[in-house]
Order: sequence, then structure tokens, then C-alpha cells
Amino acid sequence: MTALRIGYYPGCSLTGTSRDFGESTRVVAEALDIDLAEIPEWNCCGSSPAHMIDHVMSVALPVNVLLKAKKAGLAEVMSPCSACYSRLVMGKHEVETSPAAKAQVEKVLACPSGALDGLPKVLNVIELLARISDRIPPKVTRKFDQTVACYYGCLMVRPPKVTGFDRTEDPVEMDKLVALVGGKTIDWSFKTECCGASFSISRTSVVGRLGAKILQDAVKRKAEAVIVACPMCHSNLDLRRGEINKRLEKPADIPVLFITQVIGLALGIPEKKLGLHRHFVRVKFPTKTAPTQAVP
Amino acid sequence: MSSHHESSSARDSLAARLEKEGGVSVADCYQCGKCTAGCPAAVDMDVAPSQVLRLLQSETPKHEERALSSLSIWLCIGCETCVTRCPQEVDLPRAMDFLRQEALARKLANQEADDVVAFHQAFLKSVEKGGRLFEFGMIGDYKLRTGHFFKDLGLAPTMFLKGKMSPFPHGGGNKREVAKMFARARAVKKEPQK
Amino acid sequence: MARVGVFICHCGENIAGTVDVGAVAKAALDMPGVVHAVEYKYMCSDPGQTLLKDAIRDKKLDRVVVAACSPRMHEPTFRRTTEEAGINPFLCEMANLREHCSWVHEKAPPTTKKAIDLVRLQVEKVKRDRPLNPIRVPITKKALVLGGGIAGIQAALDIANAGSPVLLVEKSPSIGGHMSQLSETFPTLDCSQCILTPRMVEVARHPNITLYTYSELEKLDGFIGNFKATIRRKARKIDEKLCNGCGVCQQKCPVKKIPDEFNEGLSNRPAIFVPFPQAVPNKPVIDVANCTYYKTGKCRACEKLCPTKAIRFDQEDQIEVHDIGAVVLATGFRTMPTSNFSEYGYGKYKDVIDGMKFERLASASGPTGGAIKRPSDGKEPRHVVFIACAGSRDRLKGVPYCSKICCMYTAKHAMLYQHKVHGGQATVFYMDVRAAGKNYDEFVRRAIEEDGVKYVRGRVSRVYEDDGQLVVKGVDTLLGAEPVEIRADMVVLATAVQAQHDAEELAQRLHVSYDPYKFFAEAHPKLRPVETNTAGIFLAGACQAPRDIPETVAQASGAAVKVAGLFSQPELTREPIIAVVDRQPPPVFSSCVGCFLCKSACPYQAIEEEPIKNRNGDVLKVVAKVNPGLCQGCGTCVSTCRTKAIDLQGFSNEQVFAELMCI
Repeated sequence: MTALRIGYYPGCSLTGTSRDFGESTRVVAEALDIDLAEIPEWNCCGSSPAHMIDHVMSVALPVNVLLKAKKAGLAEVMSPCSACYSRLVMGKHEVETSPAAKAQVEKVLACPSGALDGLPKVLNVIELLARISDRIPPKVTRKFDQTVACYYGCLMVRPPKVTGFDRTEDPVEMDKLVALVGGKTIDWSFKTECCGASFSISRTSVVGRLGAKILQDAVKRKAEAVIVACPMCHSNLDLRRGEINKRLEKPADIPVLFITQVIGLALGIPEKKLGLHRHFVRVKFPTKTAPTQAVP
Repeated sequence: MSSHHESSSARDSLAARLEKEGGVSVADCYQCGKCTAGCPAAVDMDVAPSQVLRLLQSETPKHEERALSSLSIWLCIGCETCVTRCPQEVDLPRAMDFLRQEALARKLANQEADDVVAFHQAFLKSVEKGGRLFEFGMIGDYKLRTGHFFKDLGLAPTMFLKGKMSPFPHGGGNKREVAKMFARARAVKKEPQK
Repeated sequence: MARVGVFICHCGENIAGTVDVGAVAKAALDMPGVVHAVEYKYMCSDPGQTLLKDAIRDKKLDRVVVAACSPRMHEPTFRRTTEEAGINPFLCEMANLREHCSWVHEKAPPTTKKAIDLVRLQVEKVKRDRPLNPIRVPITKKALVLGGGIAGIQAALDIANAGSPVLLVEKSPSIGGHMSQLSETFPTLDCSQCILTPRMVEVARHPNITLYTYSELEKLDGFIGNFKATIRRKARKIDEKLCNGCGVCQQKCPVKKIPDEFNEGLSNRPAIFVPFPQAVPNKPVIDVANCTYYKTGKCRACEKLCPTKAIRFDQEDQIEVHDIGAVVLATGFRTMPTSNFSEYGYGKYKDVIDGMKFERLASASGPTGGAIKRPSDGKEPRHVVFIACAGSRDRLKGVPYCSKICCMYTAKHAMLYQHKVHGGQATVFYMDVRAAGKNYDEFVRRAIEEDGVKYVRGRVSRVYEDDGQLVVKGVDTLLGAEPVEIRADMVVLATAVQAQHDAEELAQRLHVSYDPYKFFAEAHPKLRPVETNTAGIFLAGACQAPRDIPETVAQASGAAVKVAGLFSQPELTREPIIAVVDRQPPPVFSSCVGCFLCKSACPYQAIEEEPIKNRNGDVLKVVAKVNPGLCQGCGTCVSTCRTKAIDLQGFSNEQVFAELMCI
């Protein structure tokens, strides 16, 4: 199998609060012959805070990342974090459609005019996995035989004119990946309902309220786990489980896994390598083929 | 984004500036309320999202101030649901970004949103200093700004044990370059908009 | 030597206020060929026209230039006056001193100089005019009406009653269209079929109407008064003369699970079927795609059991060519499907339906006998939410226009629901209530004030399913944009009215203009609503734009009268400002070399090939020939002709160059 080389932008959370997302992405990529070429000296994309209070930096920071990728000869960049992915595509979109914005960013980055032409294309982790999905089934050693709820969150599918990814209100690409490794996905109505994103610290009650609605529906429809592809979604449904459980009649104990962890499990990669032990909500499944209980 | 509305130089209303700087034409909004209906944060807001646009449409200082000093703009999560469903394709998230920045510049930010503002500022400060986010430092800065010293203290040990938080900043983010970017951006913002 | 008279009109202050008309008259007298030049306040008035006629007689004028407003205004007026004075009307030209001069310039010497130049141009032109006679084209006095809905039915009946034969062609097995699917019509709540079926029967019985159902127009050649329509009569697989409509075949057909199109998929139909009990004609059709016999060669139950032996499995489509004088397009509309609404479930929720489905539920002859039942489980819904403007006035969905009928039919649906389900609650989410017709607003008020329908102003952001109910997330903008969440048992979307799927293809086949939404284009949005830009093709009904039944009927009658007017003349008279290919004595015959660049350039397909033969019938040369019935005098062919063999009568090359030399 020929290695697929692609630019890689982990973003700050994949080495921090979502270290497990970063770990599982790397080991799964290795197992599937994907060469993740990390962008040299990448900087933070600005995430939500930048666009919330500093528009100029919210475009300059991610465009600088893409400029570095371009200079490193990378035609495409994959970013697992949905917020980073969103900022990268939005930044690229803005300099490509607004000459005024482009001129401004050129000043901030002190780069020559024309440097921001032909920036690399940006993919999210699901797009990449879908592209090489035919590599997955031959390597599956243990079917992921669970019934799960695929939770896409906001920024992979919205705004559709910029991301151009999947169906906006009822996306299916993650569901297809789970099915590919033997899992069953439920049909539910909260696939793209917001989890509260960056309000985890400053408005925790909002995260609790929104997270409770999401988990309640998943649990009602008999999901055994929620699968995500975004560090914020994971954190808000996992780390903040206490806040959510305050608002549920019966506390929910279903685990939250990253899609890369699910695929990793099916490929037979050990749980510790996938970072399952880093979750706040214990990763355990009620069925016979359940992996051994994660050791905290 | 409507391009057929020419904003005259005489109009210095927020709506005119928003169109010039952000490409958002509030005149396109016909107040159907679909944005409000689908907004996950609307239930906590003092001014509904569609009403924020109505306040800008009137182009009067009284209404503009109400919009800038609302809690709503800080409760906006940035989930992009509104613009995705808007039948007139009005870029409300962009308008919200604009209003937040303007509110801070004019010192009109609603005091109930101090925590939210503090979080954003702490985050960006951390990025400016280190090139990449230093979560531990950022949280410390946040606590200093807000005085919420005991918030999430219980979570802290678990975070460290699970390896999710490092007591040291991450290197590799070319912090000098990033700091220069921030400085240049401040200069750029002072320039008059063409 | 020409004797040209120039008449300069003040047009009140319109021209005289900016142009020195006295100076123009004086300058005109000096122009070669002009023997008389005067100015007058209102040339188009009675005294003005008398002035013109007297001058022609007294001064023995043989050509006239009227310097006044635009020829689009008064050219016919002055041509008629000139004709009454005994001169060929095409020896009268107009110089536009108003739209081209006084209305677009300031009062200043250059303006008057321009006016003088404009007069000079027309003087040079008129000196080179030749007398022309109107063109007469024969008319086939038979109309083709395309589409058998209420628009087509009305148009056909009106034309037939006016005395002309009509061929009514309808694509589906029965006439009736969408109106036959409706339960009751606003604002009277008349039973739709009760008021429609008498007309349908009248069509079937009318001696002047030939009804072809299950037929389509394949091709339309020719021009106004002289069309050739190729009709494909699709094979019903039934001998219509033998079939007596007993219905045994439908009862006994073993294939029973085909979604019934007439009932919008709420019930099933067999493979041999009549679309609805009141169908006209009441003859079944075999759905070849789903019939067991055509798929496997087995069954043939209908054939065995038909008491009159009317089944004909080997029947073929028939192609017929008809001579037609005028065409009325009445092909109707479709509604946007619920699958287009990502935020309302992509069409996968059975209880999120569109307006047409609700009509079938409410209809006494529908699949539930008129009872409002949830398609998912057949239970009666206790709370129904109606969403108006679903897809309309929505740039994001590609339909920025208003679909006109939904406010009214939503009020109607809500009313019917409240009447049929006592204790039920209807809630309507609306943006505006557009009820502009006669008795319309009172109808909507009745729904709110008497029938208890709740109207909430705001759009609905999302509908999703939870525990067998539908969660509707809307907003009440009149209450300060307060979010409103309703758990409903059924949601009815008033989806946008759109052009038929094949409207664009049909328009291109007929050379009829259409707009970006594929609605057929009227000739003038204000003053010519039932004509198209293609002579002889008229419009009726929703194929032109969303409209309700009273307007459709009115428009259909309007189209019919245009057709009747056309047919009432012995011949068609057309202006002779057309292109003509020159003819010369043998052996040249014509300076046309037969390259036919003009033919491909002509936007109206008005140029034909004409073989020039000798007495033995040998073809000596093939040259271009302009069809005087189709040519619109645009002059495109004249500019493409390499040998200048084709010229425009009334605007010849010589005339145009003479005018240019004046500038």
C-alpha cells in the first residue's frame, strides 16, 4: 500500500486537553499508511476567542498556518479538531474572496503579495478517513460491535457554503465509517445540535443544558456510546458529565469516543495507545465483545 | 452578502460599517425569526438574535447601543446554525463578531458577560505570548481576571493525572513571530478603513 | 422629384420647451426635397391630423416626415392618417424629437441642432422609401391547447364556444390537473371536484373539442396561423371504443402496491388503473413499467376478465400531425417536495407532509375518506402545525418569489382541520398573510376568529421526530422574538410553487421565452399577460407564474379571446417591414450565393431554402427565402449577408447609409 502523505495540523487541544484525540489519530494513521506531515512551527489557529473579539487575528493566525504549510510544500492539510478545521477553512475563504481582507492579512503576516495565493486545501479527519476508507476493512481484526450515536457537532458541517462537507442537517460520513468497522449507528435528531463549545469554562451551565439534551436523546434511543470528532464536543460531553448529569433524571454513563479511537479499536490497537484511559467517563460497553475495562 | 447596497460615506451607522467591513447587509433581513427559532442560546438571551438585527436596521444610536450592550452578543456560541438556515443568507455570526469587537472598543460590553470576555482575552493573551495555547496559564489568567479561584478546582488533579494538562507551556509555536503578528495587527486596526 | 412635407410637433412643452421648433421648421425647408415644413402644438390630435391631411392635398405632398414623439407611440396613428390622405402609409416616417432629444438633453443650441439633424435623417430616409403593402398570411382556424387542467379546460371551452375547433392534449390519463386533487377551494369552500367535473364532462362532450389524453406534444413546426403539431398518442393498451369503464380490470389486477400519484403516495393503485373515479375519459391505462405481463410475460388477468375484450397488450403509440393556427400553453405547475427541506427531515418523516398531501387527506374521495389521519399510524392528530412560506421567499432554497396561493390554502387547511377534528388545535407559522383577492382576507380572519386557528408570526427553524411526535422549533416575532417549541402530531409544509420539471425543455422546443425559474415569459409584464414573444403561442394559468383558480380561469379566457380574435380574421395581416432576398433576371436569378449564414443567424427561424428550378424541374440554384409570416424585421440577416443579397424593406441598406451620411 502506498503511503498517503498529507499535511497535519494537530492544533493546541490535541497536545493538551484532547491528547487522546491526537494519540489515536497518529496511531490509526500509521496503521493505515498515512504519513502525517506536521506543519513546522505551527501556531494556534485562534479558535473561537479570536473570531469573537479580534477579527484581524482570527484570519491572520490560521492563514499563517496555511502559509507555513504551503511553504513546506504541502498541497493539503488535515486538521482533526473541528474548531481548527473551521478556522482554517474560514480564513482561507476570507482571503480568497475578499481582496481587502487579503491585503490586511498580508500586512499582518508581512508577506509579499501573491504569497497567499494557492493556499493548501483543508480537510477534516472524517474527510480523510472517508477518502482512504477502502484501506480499513482489510485491517479490521475486531469488529466494533456496538450501537452508537454519531455526534457531528457544529463546525464540520456549518456553514455549508464554506465547508462543503456532507449533508448539513443529517450528515452520514461518520456513520458510514462506524458501519465500516462493524458498528451500528442510531438515527437520531441531535447529530448537529451545538454542545456549547467554548463556554465550558465561562458559562458551564449552558454546556450542561445543551449537553443534557444531546445525551438524553442518545440514551433514549439506546446508544451505547457517543462518537465525536471534535475536542470541544468530547470535553463538553465527557469532562463536563457531572454538570450534565445534574440535569438528567437518571445520570448517564455512556462513554464518549473519538472516531479515531473507534477505528483504532477495530484495528486491534491497544486501548492505552488510543488514550481511552484519559477519559473522565469510563469507556465500557454492555455487550459481550466489550473491551476490558479501561484502567484510569 | 448583498452587494447592491451602496453605503454612502455619510452613513456612519453600525449597519453601514458592518456592510463595509464585514460584507453583511442587515437590510436583507426580513425579520422572519428563523435564526432565533434555531439558536441554542436564545433562551438565555436578553435580545433575540433576529432582534439584534432589527436594532441595527433602525440606524439610530439608541438602538445601536442597546445591541452593543446586550448580553446576547456574548451568549452567542458561534455555532453558525443561524446563517445556515437563514432564507436571506444574512451572515449573522459575522455581525455578532463585529458587534462584540465594537462593544469592547466602546466599552459597552454587558457586565454580566465579564466571564465570557475574560475567557476570550485570557486565551488570546496566552496565544500572543506563547504562539500556542498554554491551557494551565490561560486558566490561571482567567481566574485572576474573574476572581473565580475555586472553579473546577476538583477537576484539576484529574486533568494532570490523565495527562491532559501540562504545567509548562508548549514550545514550537514560534512565539516571536506570533507576537509580531499581534503587534502588526494592532497597527493595521488603527488605519482608517478604505 | 420627391415632395416631402415635414411636420414638427411641439408635444405641448415636451418638445417645444427644450427644442426651438421654429428653427427646426425653418431648417427643414432648406433640406433638398422638402417643399413644406410647419410646426404645430399637438400633431396627434384631431386638428393636427387634419392639418396633415390638408397639407398633403394642398401641397401635393407624396412623402411625409412627422417630427414628434417615438414611433412606438404614434407611428400607427400617422400612417393611418397618411393612408386616409391617399398616400401609401409606408411613405410616412417619424423623427423622434422627444425620447431621443428633448427628454434627454438640456435646452441649449446643440439640442436644437440635434433635432434638425434627426429631421434631416428621416428626410433622407423617406425619400428612399418605397410603397409597401401589408403581408397577408392564411390562418388554420384550429387551436391546440396543451394541458388539461382548469386553465386548459377553460381555454378550450371558450375557444370551442366561439366556434373554432380545439385539440386539447393532456399528458396524464385524465384531464382535471391539480384542481381535481383539491378537497375544497377557497374562499367559498366549494368542493373542488363538484365545480370542476361538469366542465370536464363538457369538454368531453363538446362537438368542437377533440380530447387527446395520455398524449404529448412531440414537435411544433411552423408559425402563427400555420403550425404543424406532432402529437404522440401514447398507447393505453386499451381499445377505447370497446371499453365501457366497468372497472373489473382494476379490481382483479394482482399488482396492487404502486404508490398512487393522484393520492400523492398516501395509497396504492394497481398496474391497470383509472387515476380517479371521476376521470375524463373514464378509460384505464396500463402502467407498462409495473405491469407483470410486460416484465415477465405472465398474468394477463385483465385481458381474461375484461367483459368487452378491450385489452390490447400490443397496442403501439401513435404519432399524428395536426395543422394548427394557435397554441395555448396551459401546462400548470408542481410543488416543491418535502425532501428539499433538510431542516424539516429531508422528507423522511411520514407525518411531515406538503399541501397537496393534505388536500388528499381532506378530500372526501381521498384515501381516508376525508378524515385527517397521520400517515405514519393512521391516528387522528390532536395538534397540527402548518408552516407557511416553506421554500418560498427563500433565497437559500433558490426560490426568492412568493408562491401566492399558500397563505390562502394554509388558512383553508387549518380551517378544514378544525372543522373535522373537534378539540384539535391548528397552529400556523406565517411571515405575512397575503390574502388580496375578493373575500380572501375575510376568509383568513374567519379561520382565526371563528375556527380557533392560532397564527404565530415567525419561521420554523427545525422539525425533528421524538417519541412519535414532531418537535417544531419556531419563534413568535410579535412577542419579541420569543422561541416557541411545539410538539405536534403532524406538520404540513406549504411548499413553494414551481414550474414543471420539463418546462424548460418544452419552452425550448416551442421557442418560447422563460424566466430563471422556468416559468414561461409573457410578452409584456403589465400589458400583454396572455401572449408570449412567439407569435401565435399564448399562455394560461400557473405555467406562467403561481396563481389561484379565479385568476387562472380569467387568464385562460383571455388567452382564448386572443385565439378567437386571431381566427376571426380572414387572413393574418402583418407589417411589411421584413427582409427580402433579391431576385434578378436569369442567369443570375439572385445575388444570393446560397451560403445560408442568414439562416443560422435568424433568431426566428424565418429563413428557408428555395430551390430555383428551370422548366424541366432541374434545380439551378438554391437561394435563401424569407418567410413573410415569421420574419420580425430585426435585420440580423442583412448584416450577415456577404453579397448584400438580402435587404430590409423599410430600412434598406441604402436608406441607412443615407442617414449616416447626414451626421
